[in-house]
Amino acid sequence: MAYEGDLNLKATELRLGLPGSDEPRKKSTPSVRSNKRASPEISEESRTRSNSSASIAENGDRDICAPPAKAQVVGWPPIRSYRKNCFQTQQNEAEGTCMYVKVSVDGAPYLRKIDLKVYKSYPELLKALENMFKLTIGEYSEREGYNGSNYSPTYEDKDGDWMLVGDVPWEMFIYSCKRLRIVRGSEGRGLRH
Amino acid sequence: MDPYSKRKKELPERPPESTRPSPFPDEVLELVLGLLKSNKDRSSVSLVCKDWYNAESWSRTHVFIGNCYSVSPEIVARRFPKIRSVTLKGKPRFSDFNLVPRNWGADIQSWLVVFASKYPFLEELRLKRMTVTDESLEFLALNFPNFKALSLLSCDGFSTDGLAAIATHCKNLTELDIQENGIDDKSGNWLGCLPENFSSLEVLNFANLNSDVNFDALERLVSRCKSLKVLKVNKNISLEQLQRLLVCTPQLTELGTGSISQELTERQYTELENTFKHCKNLDTLSGLWEVMTPYLPVLYPACTNLTFLNLSYAALQGLELANLLRHCPQLRRLWVLDTVEDKGLEAVGSNCPLLEELRVFPADPFDEEIVHGVTEAGFVAVSYGCRRLHYVLYFCRQMTNAAVATIVQNCPNFTHFRLCIMNPGQPDYMTNEPMDEAFGAVVKTCSKLQRLSVSGLLTDLTFEYVGRYAKNLETLSVAFAGTSDWGMQCVLGGCTKLRKLEIRDCPFGNAALLSGLEKYESMRSLWMSSCNVTMNGCRLLAREMPRLNVEVMKEEGSDDSQADKVYVYRSVAGPRRDAPPSVLTLSVFTEGTSPKCRRWGCNPYFCDMDG
Repeated sequence: MAYEGDLNLKATELRLGLPGSDEPRKKSTPSVRSNKRASPEISEESRTRSNSSASIAENGDRDICAPPAKAQVVGWPPIRSYRKNCFQTQQNEAEGTCMYVKVSVDGAPYLRKIDLKVYKSYPELLKALENMFKLTIGEYSEREGYNGSNYSPTYEDKDGDWMLVGDVPWEMFIYSCKRLRIVRGSEGRGLRH
Repeated sequence: MDPYSKRKKELPERPPESTRPSPFPDEVLELVLGLLKSNKDRSSVSLVCKDWYNAESWSRTHVFIGNCYSVSPEIVARRFPKIRSVTLKGKPRFSDFNLVPRNWGADIQSWLVVFASKYPFLEELRLKRMTVTDESLEFLALNFPNFKALSLLSCDGFSTDGLAAIATHCKNLTELDIQENGIDDKSGNWLGCLPENFSSLEVLNFANLNSDVNFDALERLVSRCKSLKVLKVNKNISLEQLQRLLVCTPQLTELGTGSISQELTERQYTELENTFKHCKNLDTLSGLWEVMTPYLPVLYPACTNLTFLNLSYAALQGLELANLLRHCPQLRRLWVLDTVEDKGLEAVGSNCPLLEELRVFPADPFDEEIVHGVTEAGFVAVSYGCRRLHYVLYFCRQMTNAAVATIVQNCPNFTHFRLCIMNPGQPDYMTNEPMDEAFGAVVKTCSKLQRLSVSGLLTDLTFEYVGRYAKNLETLSVAFAGTSDWGMQCVLGGCTKLRKLEIRDCPFGNAALLSGLEKYESMRSLWMSSCNVTMNGCRLLAREMPRLNVEVMKEEGSDDSQADKVYVYRSVAGPRRDAPPSVLTLSVFTEGTSPKCRRWGCNPYFCDMDG
């Protein structure tokens, strides 16, 4: 068609072909556009990640499957600003009725998040963590920490200090806990001394 | 004979009988046509002949304008002299997601000025995605003595001062419905501006305002307004305060609670329970901000006749939802957060056989480290239990082609299928294949499909399917999908009923854009952003199709030849004059456009206003 020559399409061509397709994938050249064009990078990332996560899926660990997006894209996911702002405020107000904290486990590639308000006591919490991460935490003792396993649950409190889970009364714990970390081996025991 | 000039001479009297003998006098025809409520029917009726066109114009009291720039207020007023109720939509839908520059337009003021002169008897104004300033709200309040109902959804530009003006001056107010707007919440006592003897309110919704309202004024207001049917309060209203309000309003059909997190004594709990027992007329329940689980059961007695339950601001767990749903046997529409997870959705499947609409919103859409929410399993569970499901909006982090195929097999009556796999371009997580077959199954099975949003890794094959099978599709939303121009060409060529097409971050370029040349005049609008369209492509489109408005929004610092965001829409009003500098209006005509692009060819019967 007549306009194709006029429009010089080739110079502005940007293709998002699938890996292995005929046309080679060209990255966008103007540097400023890479801010807006997060998607080729994301798609590429998610395709490579999903290869590895698919095998994790086969091992039955269905929880760790969704590849996380690397960069945040403007206006995505498509949630109205009102709703977006609403939830960010709700989560910033940590007191209240939801108390989500992040949980990391040494050696696991992905974090989880749990609502501390759901649990009524330490044993309940620890049981839930054991189920979630498929590990054993062992019995708490005031003198020796967590015996009988390689894992010790620790938490970061409001002052930014790392504490052993179980030392303070439950009510005090849930209000001061900012995040949880389940450490492996002797590191946890080190907190005791 | 031009019907408009005839009208001008004789306004506001009735026109004389037409010269051609007609079986009915005009008055009878107008009375009969006045009974028609559906705008679609009215548009059909207006095309029959001149008499019917005129009669329809004179008998219409409500006008719906899907794109405020498709027509001018003068044209509307000229055609429909007796309008009492106006619904207007402004910005493109992607403005909800911050993709449209702030001062883009869609200001209500120019409409209000014309309405003040042509429709001084205006009663209702419903706006979506319009810019509304406090000055406009004050103008509205002062110039329309019969004004009754104001509804603002997803609008911006106003503050609580504007609401105060409405409250102060609108003596006949029956409806004040403020939803999810970009409002400057200055607090202040806007509610207290309603006069002490004011009692006509039927609908009051301030659920999405964050500041406190004067509770005493609210309580007095609610006890005076015996016709109040809809009351939606904001999260600052406590349980105890809510109870005091409910005591005055047993006739409520829609309730939006405040927060359910106050500490209650046992006596207070019992009182509250009793109050809810008396809310037998409720068909809609929403709010439940900051909900404390132990108190949810107070609501159970009020749920017997519920058809719509909006929990999209309540972070419930699956078990809590399950317990609640057991008390909602009549549920037709359910909105939830994905905190309920698949377990919660299983409970939906088990407890809601009459469910027609389900929306699952993400509680944590931007936190990449989170791995919870709902999966394909939850959706499948719902589809087994809720065979009447026809509207779904589903945000998830993983999906499979097989799951979607099962879902549509169970529920073939989908009219609205909006699936958002939150990671852009993500494939079927079990097979690693594109999600083409999922959406292929949707369009092949769901012949009544009107609205579709696609996501995940998609090739042109998805769009081949859409073009081939989705013959009733009216709205299509596409993001991070497709392989080449061919995809978009399939859609434009195949979807005969397409009205709205919105595309972002797809490899569609000028060839795709221009393949729809003939098509865009039968559509409301096209949006393309971060695609491969160039300025030259857009100029060509504008040149070939003078009755389309082709607008390009340029990003700062972007390449001169790229058309970063393109918005194309049909209009009988010509290019708009209020565009900000960042919006380029491409037109083959120079400023002071020729009359050719104002009139709709030679067809006086064309009316764009309904689409």
